[in-house]
Amino acid sequence: MSLAPRFWKEKTRRNAYGLLFLGAFVALLPAWLHTPYALSTMVLIGIDTLITVGLCLLMGYAGQISLGQAAFFGLGAYGSAILTTRFGWSPWLGLIGAAVCTAGVAYLIGIPVFRLSGHYLAMGTLAFGSIVHIALTEWKAYTGGPTGLPGIPRFSLAGVPLKSDLAYYYFVWAIALGGILIALNLVNSRFGRALRAIRDSQPAAESVGVDAGRYKLQALVISALYASVAGSLYAHYLIFVNPQISSLDASIRVLLMAAVGGLASIWGAPFGAAMVTLLTLGLREIVPRISGYGSGEHQIIAYGILLVVIMLFMPQGVTVAAAHAWDRLGGWPALRKRLPRVRRFR
Amino acid sequence: MPSFQPQDYVQLFVSGLSTGAIYVLIALGLITIYNVTGVINLAQGEFVMLGAMLAVALVRLHLPLALSALGAVLAVALLGGLVHRLTILPARQAPDVALIIITIGTAIAIRGAALFIWGTMPRSLPEFSPGAPIAVWGAVLSRQRVWIMGTAAAVLLLLYLFFEHTLLGKAVRACSINRQAAELIGVDARVMGTLAYALGAALSAIGGIVIAPLTLVSYDMGLMLGLKGFVVAIMGSLTRAPAAVIGGLLLGVLEAFISGLWASGFKDGIAFLVLFVLLLVRTVPWQDLWRRPA
Repeated sequence: MSLAPRFWKEKTRRNAYGLLFLGAFVALLPAWLHTPYALSTMVLIGIDTLITVGLCLLMGYAGQISLGQAAFFGLGAYGSAILTTRFGWSPWLGLIGAAVCTAGVAYLIGIPVFRLSGHYLAMGTLAFGSIVHIALTEWKAYTGGPTGLPGIPRFSLAGVPLKSDLAYYYFVWAIALGGILIALNLVNSRFGRALRAIRDSQPAAESVGVDAGRYKLQALVISALYASVAGSLYAHYLIFVNPQISSLDASIRVLLMAAVGGLASIWGAPFGAAMVTLLTLGLREIVPRISGYGSGEHQIIAYGILLVVIMLFMPQGVTVAAAHAWDRLGGWPALRKRLPRVRRFR
Repeated sequence: MPSFQPQDYVQLFVSGLSTGAIYVLIALGLITIYNVTGVINLAQGEFVMLGAMLAVALVRLHLPLALSALGAVLAVALLGGLVHRLTILPARQAPDVALIIITIGTAIAIRGAALFIWGTMPRSLPEFSPGAPIAVWGAVLSRQRVWIMGTAAAVLLLLYLFFEHTLLGKAVRACSINRQAAELIGVDARVMGTLAYALGAALSAIGGIVIAPLTLVSYDMGLMLGLKGFVVAIMGSLTRAPAAVIGGLLLGVLEAFISGLWASGFKDGIAFLVLFVLLLVRTVPWQDLWRRPA
C-alpha cells in the first residue's frame, strides 16, 4: 500500500518518500548522536547541504561552472552579521536582508558574467569570488578585517532564542529539507527542463525558444539565495564570522561536496556534504600523526585526489555511482537471496 | 602620505618589472598548455611552488645552487608530463567543467602533498649572486631582480628559438594550430600534449626558483602566483605570447605602484579586477559597434 496519493507520478512519489525518510532519519539521529561535538558537526552538515543544493542547481542542471560560490555564502554571512550587529536588526530580518542583497549582487554579476562560457566563465567566477574575499578582508570599518566580526546574535523562534545546539540542529535541518523540497520541485518543472536543455546544448535550447540568458541568470540568483541563507545560518550559529569562509578554498570545498554527491543530483547534496565533512574530520585526526607536522589543512591532499578520481571515474558522483553498482549487483532481491532464510510463523 | 621623490617611482617601476617577468613565465607556460591541449591548467601555480620547494630541498642536500635549480626544473617538467598522462589524457572527451575540476583537484593534491612533506614553515633559497644592490637612476635594484629579468629574457629567447627553429617546436605549434591536420602529417598530438605540459611546468618552475630568494618559499605560494599567471595569459587572449609578455610586465608595474602608493592589501585585488574587466571586454561585440545599422 502506498502512502502517497495515487495521482502522484512515480518520480514525485519517490521524492516524497525520500524526503520523508531523510526527515525521519534527521529527526531521530540526535537520539543516538547527542554529544555537543556531534551535534555541531551535524548542524554544519545541514548548512553545507543548503549551499551544495544551490550549486547543484547551477552546475549540475544549468551546466554553468561557479568557482565563487563561497563568495555568496560570505556575503550572506557578513550581510547577516553586519545588519544585526551594526544596525540592530533581528536575525530574521538580517537573513532576509542579506539574501536580498546577495541575490541582487548575483543578478548584477550574472548579467555580464554569463556572456562568458566554459573556461572563461570559470575564471570570471573565480575572479568575482576572490574580489569578494579581498573586500571582506580589507574593508575593516564594516567587516572587522581578517580577524572577523564577533557578537552576532542567535536566532529566536516565536520569542524563544535557539540557544541549545539541539534546537538549532532541528531548525537548520528543517530549512535544509525545505531547500531540498524546493529544489526538487524546481528541477522537475518547466524551469528545470529548460536548464537541462541549456546544459546539453545552449544553441539547441535557444532554437526551440528557451531564453537561455534569462534562465541561467535565474539559476545563478537561486543558487546565490541558497548560499546566502546558508551563510546567515552559519553566522547566527557560530555568532562569529571571518573572511576565510569566502576564500577560494571554501568555494572548492563546496564544489567537492557537489561532485561527491553528484553534480546533477539534488539528493546527492546531503550525502556529499556529510561525506566531505566526515572525511575532513577523520583526516584531521589521522594525517598529522603520519606526517609529523601538526598544523595545516592536511585534508586538502585527499580533497584533490578525490576530485580528480571522481571526475575521471564517476563524473555523476559517488551516490549515483553507488546506486548504479547496487542495481548492477541485483538490488534488494539479490541481497534477500543471499541472506539466510528466516522461517515464517504460520 | 609620505612625499615621493622621482627615484622612488623608478624604484617601484623596476621592482614591478621583475615581478611582472615572473608572471610572464607562468603565463607562457599556461598559454603553451592551453594551445596544445585545450585545457586551462589551474595547477600551474603549484608547479611554481614545486620548483621553488624542490630547489630548496636540493640545496639543503648540499648540492650546488645551479645543479639544484636544474634538477628542480627537470623534476617538475617530468611531473608535468605525468600529470598530463594521468589526469588529462583519460578525460579528453569530458566536458570543460569536468576538465576544470580535474585541474583544480590536481592543484589541491599537489599543494596538500607539499604541505604533507615540507610542513607550513616558510623556507628560503640563497640569492644567486649575493652582494650589494645595484644603483639604477637613483633607485636600488637587488642583484636577484637582475637575475629574474635576465632569466626571463633568456627563457623567452630560447622559447622563440625552440618554437620557430626546431622540428619538435614546429610540431608542437602545428598541434596548436590544427590538431587534425597535424595528426594527418604524422605528429602524435598526445605526445605533443605531454610535451607541452612538461614545458609549461618547467617554465613555471623556473619562475618559482628565480623569485624564491626574494620571497619566502611556502606550500601555499603557488595559488596567488598561478592566478596572476591566468590574468596575464588572458591578457594575451590565451593564445598570443607577445601580448602576454607586455601584459605581464604591465601588471607587475601596476601592482608595484598600487601597493607602493596606496595600500598593499588591495594589491592582489587589482589583478582580479583587471581579470574581470578583461573578461567582460572580451564579450563586447566590437565589430557590431562599427557596423552601420541596416
